[in-house]
Amino acid sequence: MLAWTIYLSFAGALIEALLPKGKAALARWLALAIAVAGLALAVEGFVAGMGQGRTLIIDLPWVPAMGIHFLLAADGISRVLILLTGLAAVAGVLFSWNIEFRTNEFFAFFLALIGGVYGVFLSFDLFLLFVFYEIAIVPKYFLIAIWGSTRREYAAMKLALYSFVGSAMVLIGLLAAYAASGSHSTGLVALAHSHLPVSSQMWLFPLVFVGFGILAGMWPFHTWAPTGHVAAPTAASMLLAGVVMKLGAYGCLRVAIGLFPRGLDPWGFSIVGLGSWRDVFALLAVIGIVYGALVALAQTDFKFVIGYSSVSHMGFVLLGLMTLNQIGMTGAVLQMFSHGIIAGLLFAIVGRIVYERTHTRQLAELEQMHLSKRLPFAAWAFVIAGIASMGLPGFSGFVAELQVLVGAWIAKPWWTLAAGIGIVVGVAYTWRALQKAFFSDAPQTAHTLEQEQAHTFAAITWPEVTGTVLLAGVSLAVGLYPRILLDTIEPAVRALLAGGVQ
Amino acid sequence: MNYPEFYSALFRVTLPETALEVAALLVLVVDLGFLRKAALNVRVAVAAALGVLGCAAAFWAIGIQTGLGLSVDGNLVLANGGVGAAAQCGILVLTALTLLLLFDSLFTRHIGEFVAVVLMAAAGGLLIAVAQDLLVIFIGLELLSLGLYILTAFAKSSGKSAEAAMKYYLFGGMSAAFLLFGFSYLYGLSGSTYLPRVVYGANIAASNGGSPLLLIALVLVAAGLGFKVAAVPFHLWAPDTYEGAPAPAAAFIASVSKVASFALLISIGSSALRYMQTLIQSWQATGSVYFRVTGTSLNGPQHVAVTVQYGWFVILVVLSVASVVLGNLAALAQTSVRRLLAYSAIAHAGYILLGLAFLSWSNRIPQAVLYYVLTYGLTTIGAFGVIAVVERATGSDKLDAFLGLHKRSPALAAVLLILFLSLAGIPPLVGFWAKFNLFAAVLSTNAGVVPFALVALAIVMSAVSLFYYLQVLKRAYVMTAVDASPIKVHPITMAVLVAIAAAVVLLGCFPTLLGGWIGTF
Repeated sequence: MLAWTIYLSFAGALIEALLPKGKAALARWLALAIAVAGLALAVEGFVAGMGQGRTLIIDLPWVPAMGIHFLLAADGISRVLILLTGLAAVAGVLFSWNIEFRTNEFFAFFLALIGGVYGVFLSFDLFLLFVFYEIAIVPKYFLIAIWGSTRREYAAMKLALYSFVGSAMVLIGLLAAYAASGSHSTGLVALAHSHLPVSSQMWLFPLVFVGFGILAGMWPFHTWAPTGHVAAPTAASMLLAGVVMKLGAYGCLRVAIGLFPRGLDPWGFSIVGLGSWRDVFALLAVIGIVYGALVALAQTDFKFVIGYSSVSHMGFVLLGLMTLNQIGMTGAVLQMFSHGIIAGLLFAIVGRIVYERTHTRQLAELEQMHLSKRLPFAAWAFVIAGIASMGLPGFSGFVAELQVLVGAWIAKPWWTLAAGIGIVVGVAYTWRALQKAFFSDAPQTAHTLEQEQAHTFAAITWPEVTGTVLLAGVSLAVGLYPRILLDTIEPAVRALLAGGVQ
Repeated sequence: MNYPEFYSALFRVTLPETALEVAALLVLVVDLGFLRKAALNVRVAVAAALGVLGCAAAFWAIGIQTGLGLSVDGNLVLANGGVGAAAQCGILVLTALTLLLLFDSLFTRHIGEFVAVVLMAAAGGLLIAVAQDLLVIFIGLELLSLGLYILTAFAKSSGKSAEAAMKYYLFGGMSAAFLLFGFSYLYGLSGSTYLPRVVYGANIAASNGGSPLLLIALVLVAAGLGFKVAAVPFHLWAPDTYEGAPAPAAAFIASVSKVASFALLISIGSSALRYMQTLIQSWQATGSVYFRVTGTSLNGPQHVAVTVQYGWFVILVVLSVASVVLGNLAALAQTSVRRLLAYSAIAHAGYILLGLAFLSWSNRIPQAVLYYVLTYGLTTIGAFGVIAVVERATGSDKLDAFLGLHKRSPALAAVLLILFLSLAGIPPLVGFWAKFNLFAAVLSTNAGVVPFALVALAIVMSAVSLFYYLQVLKRAYVMTAVDASPIKVHPITMAVLVAIAAAVVLLGCFPTLLGGWIGTF
């Protein structure tokens, strides 16, 4: 059934593209229906797959001569990320309810992107995975370039080129692995079984890891992320932070680590304390955590704060992957889910609920607006989302980051110490943004009061409330009862650690 | 020689070419004899219909070919079947598509002559796709080239068209001279004009001290053929010709002529491949499996016995790298979409030459190269079809002429989106599969780090290419229109363009369709 998430999304994209112009309401409801159906399928697949290992969904020969299969399967990691994609899609449609400009095209690109993301998470054939991965690039470009704001054409092109360069690296890795394994099959399992020589894995691993890592916001290749997130329309930034960055992290996990595990072996010598690719990428992840947090602290644009916070939080995912132990990698997968939900919520509040009413994202200007009184819903939603983002207990971020930190401590204690700095700074920038944007104590003179009463903000609409409740509720539910996801993630990670993707 | 038998064989083997020539004459007779007073669009319709019928007849004639082909004195002159025949079918389909996109063309009133010249040039393309003899190759090439010069100059009221044709002709004449000179050296070295014997004889001559002469000959031949496929540094004509020629002529040059020229390069490489295989067999028979591609400095016939392959390989790799790098980088700076396509064509020629360079190492590569060329030709014809429509509406082929295309004609914009993304190599479109297939075939040669480095370079440069393709799509979809009036497209043109776009999607989603078809030859 999970495969239908892909077909449904692409079919929806096609129908949306063919809809007559000017039927905005129809386009919206259709998109919502498809997103909800996708979520329902994702939930169904998640529940049905509980307690099971990897289940095969479909396996058709695609190009038999080259051993390429249309092979979809799901394990615990896939099922959790499919669930995340379903949630992000529904929330994305809800927070795009106010798109009036070329509505049907917007949802066509949106659903095409979602379809590609579903496809990546379900592919167990490297070629197929790559195809879906590239399908996701083009809609991103158009979503940002057409419906975006602040320097949208620049940001869209930057994002497209970064993605394409990353995927070019992955393609080189794919071709090399395929040729080195004897050109029999591109199946992930078959490639993992082909016993590539360690010398090949040693250079294939960093190539593919960086290729995917670009999309995961790995420092220093993260610069597309803040500009892209800021320029993107709300739904697109929710998807970028929510699921697209996860595509990169998922590729790092499934392809780079799954196929080339020996690439993480020690080199046998060390340069400035770095003795393996694992050390290198862990260092980059830690730098990303701290750097992203510090830069977020200095931003004047509300959306840039969230954009850089994404870089910081994705650093935890990459750090978790590099721990190579059960708890750290489980934490990494949970952090993918958690960050997808929380970042989506933050972008929704900043980009849709606040910006569409105030028409500014400058913290200095928002300070003068007394938003806590005039937009109480936004203020309290941001308090919840901010708390979740800081990683306070009770929300999903806490469980995830704690596991990553424990895993990092087991691997190398100094990783935890350095990442801990990032958490502290994370509290600071969230607090600063929260305080400046909503709870500033700018004096309220009679003049400003009069002005504010003359320009009341539009009322909060039902899609906004529904979307906010959905995302915040999920984060809370996972925070309070993390076993609901952990039971599915842990066996999959254990299997992966035990022997690649076998 | 048994003449009656020979001529009947000649007639059978050249039946496809004959069908095209008959159709060309028929077009001339009908157009000039019966339709002098008819309206232009009627004449276009009749001429195109006759031309397409001619292509269909030739297609049928290829299908009924039996036997090996035409031999003279035991040497095969024109081959039957194999990759060459598949290329012939491709040439015919692409020619028919070019003709179908002629509707609404306003560049000339002499439509009968135009269609006739297209068909005759296509006949030249059919010849070189299967020719196995240096002289037949040269005649076929000239037949094709002369047609192309005329087609380029066909917009008589446009100075650009005349300029482009003059440049094309001068470059073309020079490169033909190079080619013929190279052929004469090859003949002198090997004493034969039959390709496999040329490879064999030239290798023997090289091992007896003739290798400098052989390398000169190879360079000259590469210059001549590099001109046809617009490989750097023989590419200078391409941007001007693509820009100046009437759109259907440019589409024909960019697709049919490319397919034919690459088919010729494939058959040259295949001769070398067969030579290698017999060589390896003989080594295995004598117990020596020593196989190394070395320079010419080593002694002993075994080592220098592959001079042709080695020299040809180095030349093609140099051309390929130069084309991939320069084509992609120069395309970044273009403001005219036709020039942009010209540089992108140079880059694509570079990818294909990379495959051709490794052709004698693996028997998977000929099919992969042909797959690439055919799908590339199909995509380019569609792209020029869109450009032609936009040009008629806006009078310009600059990037800004595409502003707001999605509003002016949504279907046209969608076709452009699909075709350009396919050229950029985005899956699941056919351009991606063609690249993947070609690169995988090159890597399957297991020749170590060299093919790998070249493939990596090609992939990185194709990441660059996304930028310039998006420059066009950005104007079509993102930027606001200056002039939002709808563009009217002739229904047949639109139907053909949609069919091409659909084929690009379908062949990309089901790569075995075309791959399997090529394999049946």
